[in-house]
Amino acid sequence: MKFTLSWLRDHLETTVPLDEILTALTDLGHEVEGVENPEAALGAFRIARVIEAVPHPNADRLRLCRVETFPDGPGGRPVEVQVVCGAPNARTGLIGVFAPVGTHVPGTGVDLKPGVIRGVESNGMLCSERELMVSDDHDGIIDLPADAPLGARFIDYRGVNDPMIFVKITANRPDALGVRGLARDLAARGLGVLKPLDTPVIPGTFPCPISVTIDPALKQKGCPLFAGRLIRGVRNGASPPWMQARLKAIGLRPISALVDITNYFTFGLNRPLHVFDAAKVKGNLLVHPAKGGETLLALDGKSYTMQPGMMLISDDEQPESLAGIMGGELSGCTPDTTDVFLESAYWDPISIAATGRALKIVSDARYRFERGIDPAFTLPGLELATRMILDLCGGEPSVIALDGAVPDTARSYRLDPARVTRLVGMDIPEAEQRRTLAALGFTLTGDQASPPSWRPDVLGEADLVEEVARIASLTKLAGRPLPRALPGVPRPILTPLQTRERAARRTMASLGYNECVTYSFIDGKTAALFGGGTEALRIENPISSEMTHLRPDLLPGLLQAAARNQARGFGDLALFEIGPVFHGGEPEEQGLLAAGILVGAAAPRDPFGSRRSVDLYDAKADAEAVLAALGAPAKVQINRTAPAWWHPGRSGVIGLGPNVLATFGEVHPAILKALDVKGPVMAFTLRIAAVPLPKVKSPTRPALKLSDLQAVERDFAFVVDARVEALTLVNAVQGADKALIDSVRVFDQFSGEKAEAQMGAGKKSIALSVRLQPVEKTLTEPEIEAVSARIVEKVMKATGGTLRR
Amino acid sequence: MQGLDTLKARYLSAIAAAADEAALEEVRLTALGKKGEISLKMRDLGQMDPGGRQAAGALLNALKDEVDAALRARKAALGDAALNERLRSEWLDVTLPGRPRPSGTIHPVSQVMEELTAIFADMGFAVAEGPQVESDWYNFDALNMAPEHPARQDHDTFFMARGPGDNRPPHVLRTHTSPVQIRAMAAHGAPIRVIAPGRVYRMDMDQTHTPMFHQVEGLAIDREISMANLKWVLEEFCRAFFEVPSVELRFRASHFPFTEPSAEVDIRCSWEGGQLKIGQGDKWMEILGSGMVHPKVLEAAGVDPTQWQGFAFGMGIDRLAMLKYGIPDLRAFFESDLRWLRHYGFAALDMPDLAGGLSG
Repeated sequence: MKFTLSWLRDHLETTVPLDEILTALTDLGHEVEGVENPEAALGAFRIARVIEAVPHPNADRLRLCRVETFPDGPGGRPVEVQVVCGAPNARTGLIGVFAPVGTHVPGTGVDLKPGVIRGVESNGMLCSERELMVSDDHDGIIDLPADAPLGARFIDYRGVNDPMIFVKITANRPDALGVRGLARDLAARGLGVLKPLDTPVIPGTFPCPISVTIDPALKQKGCPLFAGRLIRGVRNGASPPWMQARLKAIGLRPISALVDITNYFTFGLNRPLHVFDAAKVKGNLLVHPAKGGETLLALDGKSYTMQPGMMLISDDEQPESLAGIMGGELSGCTPDTTDVFLESAYWDPISIAATGRALKIVSDARYRFERGIDPAFTLPGLELATRMILDLCGGEPSVIALDGAVPDTARSYRLDPARVTRLVGMDIPEAEQRRTLAALGFTLTGDQASPPSWRPDVLGEADLVEEVARIASLTKLAGRPLPRALPGVPRPILTPLQTRERAARRTMASLGYNECVTYSFIDGKTAALFGGGTEALRIENPISSEMTHLRPDLLPGLLQAAARNQARGFGDLALFEIGPVFHGGEPEEQGLLAAGILVGAAAPRDPFGSRRSVDLYDAKADAEAVLAALGAPAKVQINRTAPAWWHPGRSGVIGLGPNVLATFGEVHPAILKALDVKGPVMAFTLRIAAVPLPKVKSPTRPALKLSDLQAVERDFAFVVDARVEALTLVNAVQGADKALIDSVRVFDQFSGEKAEAQMGAGKKSIALSVRLQPVEKTLTEPEIEAVSARIVEKVMKATGGTLRR
Repeated sequence: MQGLDTLKARYLSAIAAAADEAALEEVRLTALGKKGEISLKMRDLGQMDPGGRQAAGALLNALKDEVDAALRARKAALGDAALNERLRSEWLDVTLPGRPRPSGTIHPVSQVMEELTAIFADMGFAVAEGPQVESDWYNFDALNMAPEHPARQDHDTFFMARGPGDNRPPHVLRTHTSPVQIRAMAAHGAPIRVIAPGRVYRMDMDQTHTPMFHQVEGLAIDREISMANLKWVLEEFCRAFFEVPSVELRFRASHFPFTEPSAEVDIRCSWEGGQLKIGQGDKWMEILGSGMVHPKVLEAAGVDPTQWQGFAFGMGIDRLAMLKYGIPDLRAFFESDLRWLRHYGFAALDMPDLAGGLSG
């Protein structure tokens, strides 16, 4: 919402300086977003007289002027300044506009400095209109009439000293979309007095030849009231300069008196109007819902096709206006218009919003009607606009044609003065509360406050509190300690899942991964590679083709990040993310995933030759470390059922029964190719919430049991088929004597060509270290031999392997 | 016992002359070995009469101890010399880099979320969470934004696709964390104190906007919680978060459909040479929106507005991180540039807590 200070002063009697008004506006909830103050830019330019202009001694085209200036203003002491001027009209006796040294000239962007031009001193400048940016005129310097007051500021003389103020109006305050509404708020704050607005009653001198009818389908809701009148014999020339100046200041282009008047009412009194050229209206006007398919060429030059139910104003032949949003081009006013039909109606905000959104039309009228303007001001607005048209364009008004009635918005709420204190925490005396509401237009009867018709936002007691507090100024609110809900040391507040998410994050960072936060949406094609990309996960209105689907997994985002980093020359990467993934389009179809990827070498090159490429076992170790940090049980199953985006032979799933905790391995090379990642890439994903919570909540640890008896370590090497898994051997060994065998560890694997040469095709060797821990008595050699034999037997049975000799 | 002094002198000089451990061992065996000269003399004591044995025994023992001590001292000296010799040959280039250790980082958004949590946990706020695909009702209606409410248009909402035949209003990607208010109140009732940090989505992408960002919502409902309490909580939060001795906040009337009264909150600051200083200066910077929870919102969440009241606020986590840590560009938060992650990230063990100061 833009307006000028003089426009505000039409409604507000005030002597308060601009800065104070700006501060108050912001504090009242109308945030000032910008001010264009001509005084700041042009305040230094004053009217001065050229005492004498003579040719420059060293330049043909320049003139040397002795200028009489008045730095202290009209009637102040005159100061003579020498100026070199190139304007053809610089002459003795000229009354012009002078800028002293130090002035910033907006038209040229130059700060004036004392200068020497062709050997002659020049201390200031005589300006053209373009240099002041008041017009494009640059034919010569400004040449004012002889009676122009010497020393006066040019902006005051020209009447362009009117600051433009740009405020952000919140969605609940349609009344503040008119200058008068802002004036009312400022008056309530005590920054002046709201001037009365006298509404004339202008009698018609003849019956209105155009009747208006509201279709019964719209009378209840869409259009409760439609009024208008014909004014005949108008002259639709240019609007007066003062109106043009205001409209221009707020960024509107003056068009013609009739159109400018409607715009002036829209911004001044928040009363959008429409003017039809009555000569182009055939018959009468009907407000009706569109059947669908009608087209209307609107004033913005675009043609719109109606959907069923949209409100139209049609004459006997065709639609002439998109109700409350934009008029039609064909019945619009032109400079030739002599008979005008002036419309003032009240439109239902919801209907206007729906139509405006569907047709994507933005207009000042829609903006106001969809927020809710003052329905009671429909007829007064019509009368006031009639008055202005008669004053500016002449003509003769008809009787008002009208259908419907002002909708009843009467309601009242209890004003509980104690509630302000209770809810806001400010002590405001009851009398002040009542004064505030009255100043805002509320009617107070006993403890009931009835909001004015222009405040559709006031819908309860809390709104009264808000108004009182707002006018009193929330800036004055002093903080008051919020007591602890429970006395004493604060209790822990994180849920177990939240604690685990943190533990996972810190663990991964400590393992050397850099945390990323990638977008929750990715492109559909990539999503499909990871089991997503379905219709249910599609975003209807994506902001880019890269962000069309909610991600089914974290890996695509991390892999894309890896590709970007590789392109920047970073080949060794350890990235992780913990965040939401989506397996459906319903709110409950969201899961929490942790994922890490490893690319390139495990460490930078170093002098110790320890650099090596990352491999599956790095990813597995990291996944296991995170699982351990989350308190996952040590005993888990590992199977080979990872989804299709993993390497089929180099990936595994860590689970507890059917419960998948984590997946690890190498990402499928085809996926890497599709995402332009230079591989191989090792990765793991981990479902934090799938890790079972500990059954025991006590912090107490189980007692430590230490045996004094000597433990025995024995190593075994088995020859097995190349695809026998180590875990099968480990489990077989453990089954040999559950009480005695304390731990089993794989310490060597010998496979590949050399191994096959020794042990036969398709064979490999796995070596295990078994620790025996007796609990009752030290083991004897025969006892150890017996266990060893059982171990060999178990492994043979489980794998068909043999003890390596 | 004649000749012990001679013996002593001979062995001590032999010990001193021993050039290495082998020579020294030879001397030891000659003197104190089983058949060594001194050992044999000790053995001879048995054949002496008791009087002579006592006197000679004492002298021999003293001799034996003295030779033994000399042997040990010489051995130690030889050991030292050998070690010194070895050390002279052992030299490493200590300027070579140490063995590489992995060093990961925590993203600023995660770090700031933990900072927020530490501060609000101390004031008794739990952490609530909610889904990011949200129903139209939770994201808007329950927050007093009916379908035609003009404020809905300000939200630049992402909508989920709707299958044919599914006539429900489309789900949205939550445009703010406020729906978590409704879910938390509906689940736990009043009184309640929660913050709800998380991802939110708006259809906006330019220099200063990304289609996804992070917000934290705060909610406190009780019998007597007022806007003055809200101001204090925010003051305390800002003071603790920005780690400055004091802050000054300014409440400005504003409008959010879900709060009434509503206020935008500015913080006093200064910008000098591109450097932001919180808590001093003559500038005001808007940092968050807040207000007293609208009675209709309480009702929507099943909380009786005649019995309960309280405040809510919402602020941008990414923005807080930018302000506190001087991070210039929001878009970079989500680009995963390794250089950025390393520069603006936090070490794994930088865990924010109030006792040590949030940023350590």
